[in-house]
Amino acid sequence: MPDADPLLEVRDLHVHFHTDAGLFRAVDGISFSVPRGKTLGIVGESGCGKSVTSLAIMRLLAQPPARYAGGDILFEGKSLLKLSEAEMRKLRGGKIGMIFQEPMTSLNPVYTIADQIIESLRAHGMTDRARARARAIEMLKMVGLPSPEKRADDFPHQLSGGQRQRVMIALALANDPQLLIADEPTTALDVTIQAQILALMRDLSARTGASVVLITHDLGVVAETCDEVVVMYAGNVVERAPVASLFEAPQHPYTIGLMAAVPRIDTTSDRLETIPGSVPPPYMLIPGCKFASRCPLADGRCTAERPPLREIAPSHFVACWQAPIEEATR
Amino acid sequence: MKPPVLEAMNLSKHYPVHKGILNRQIGAVQAVSDVNFRLMEGETLAIVGESGCGKSTLGRALLRLSEPTAGNVLLDGKDITTLPPGQLRDKRREMQMVFQDPFGSLNPRMTVRETLLEPIILHKVATGAAAEAMVSDLLKTVGLSDFHAGRYPHEFSGGQRQRICIARALATKPRIIVCDEPVSALDVSVQAQIVNLLQDLQRQFGLSYVFISHDLAVVRHIADRVAVMYLGRIVEMGDAETIFRDPRHPYTRALVAAAPKPVPGAALPDRAVKGDMPSALNPPSGCAFHTRCPIARDICARDRPDLRETAGKQVACHFPDEAATIPASVAAPMSGVLQQRLAVLDRRRAAQG
Repeated sequence: MPDADPLLEVRDLHVHFHTDAGLFRAVDGISFSVPRGKTLGIVGESGCGKSVTSLAIMRLLAQPPARYAGGDILFEGKSLLKLSEAEMRKLRGGKIGMIFQEPMTSLNPVYTIADQIIESLRAHGMTDRARARARAIEMLKMVGLPSPEKRADDFPHQLSGGQRQRVMIALALANDPQLLIADEPTTALDVTIQAQILALMRDLSARTGASVVLITHDLGVVAETCDEVVVMYAGNVVERAPVASLFEAPQHPYTIGLMAAVPRIDTTSDRLETIPGSVPPPYMLIPGCKFASRCPLADGRCTAERPPLREIAPSHFVACWQAPIEEATR
Repeated sequence: MKPPVLEAMNLSKHYPVHKGILNRQIGAVQAVSDVNFRLMEGETLAIVGESGCGKSTLGRALLRLSEPTAGNVLLDGKDITTLPPGQLRDKRREMQMVFQDPFGSLNPRMTVRETLLEPIILHKVATGAAAEAMVSDLLKTVGLSDFHAGRYPHEFSGGQRQRICIARALATKPRIIVCDEPVSALDVSVQAQIVNLLQDLQRQFGLSYVFISHDLAVVRHIADRVAVMYLGRIVEMGDAETIFRDPRHPYTRALVAAAPKPVPGAALPDRAVKGDMPSALNPPSGCAFHTRCPIARDICARDRPDLRETAGKQVACHFPDEAATIPASVAAPMSGVLQQRLAVLDRRRAAQG
């Protein structure tokens, strides 16, 4: 994973929320990088900080209550945290495209889909309206919207869920972004439509060379689309690895538990594996490993000292004092 | 052989669509059409399909939460479709429901105790101190404690709320529970806990489940039998084992192929079926799947295939043998290293008690 020239690099990022209930460390010191032309998956359960991470990269968090409490985000080597709002606006929808989970609420219901793509194109420098419209229709064709010339003047409510997500992708890719951030892009879709959209995203990123950050809770989606994976738990990165290595030999007890809890379509067992216990309350200050309270291997060191990410196999990093978990050592 | 606890006979639910200033009926959304199945005691029948296939409508029609347009529902061989409201309420004791959204299906102004007492009192299961004792038992049964009784829904996590919903369904001592996507809104690790709980309760109380879900992997785990629905009709039905080993309807194969598998490189290329699901207001002629089917021919647009016995299950397809050649691998094995490491964790957990 050491990459001399990554497109995006997140360095020891801390994002805190100041609320009436206390200080919430939503992102608590995470680091990863996105190589050019690759897809990085960020996977974890509700509340692990994966969506806050994506919003933090795009600087879309309202401040307050959110606060960047440390670390940096580098895009093409430049800090995004030092950019002015105007510079950031130029980047969003320009060099960085975004796709969200809910295509109905992310599209403006009172404008036609062509108008929304044209608006984005014109905001990023394509001032000629006719040219922008031609480009919009070309994009709609590229994402596989049926009869794009006719459908371009439809409103979002006239499209199906899958078609809306295709439009979102067209919108995100309209200005040839180098980075596409997709936050649960297929979670609201049916499986047959999800398969279509994932295939489309794969094709387009291969064709345009864009890097993708894919945020998801679904390990199946990760296995099928990502090159590298970051596993998050309670605001920390607990494991980071190439996709094959992660699924072949997961190292962190949380990753192992998560993978075992997924029901498999090819076998049936008496009981599904579970991870006993629950995520610690977000306001609790935990000096050690945040998974220690649920981990059968945890010892005194685990509760006292936060384990750093260390390379345990080529390009495979894990934040666990007990790794590797091997038969022989127990 | 014992009679089925629940039977659907030619069950249909159509919603009329009105338009214009005269409010004339211009058509009907055929949400559920001609559904037949039997549910045996202690059995789990899964109803599988995508959004808009009619699976939730079917679940509601079974309980007469929405009145069927045609057909009958038999509870222990007795027709409940024509029962007057008073008698229906008595029967509802035996059939309960658990919904997908544990946030929307609990009253935010009622404590857990009040939520659980309501069905106990309403259905005269118990009164007074006996009812209070039942609340305490129910909480224990679903893995919660007495101190939870005084709390309100917002104080619980999604998984705990679903436990409360399950406790509420159990309060009337039902024999059948219709579970409508009960774990779809939950995280994977919580989902596993709830699925295990449902299975434990089934063994403990001899419950029968109608398990409505879009998630094939969960269904594979929990169901004895599976019915696959497309645009309001069952297109394939049989034992879970045979359905997943050798699906024979092209739509079932498409679902199996499209389900994401947690194994890198397992996805089949070109597995995505084309297009969107057609409108239930104006379903395609013949076989409703013919517009998206990779092996459709002229006859498929003309004649609707009936469910026929094929390869040990019922399949509604003109070409079930040809369908068997459509690629649809289910293989998603856990890696050996993962299994070993999991075993280490499990042993250590067992040793710690």
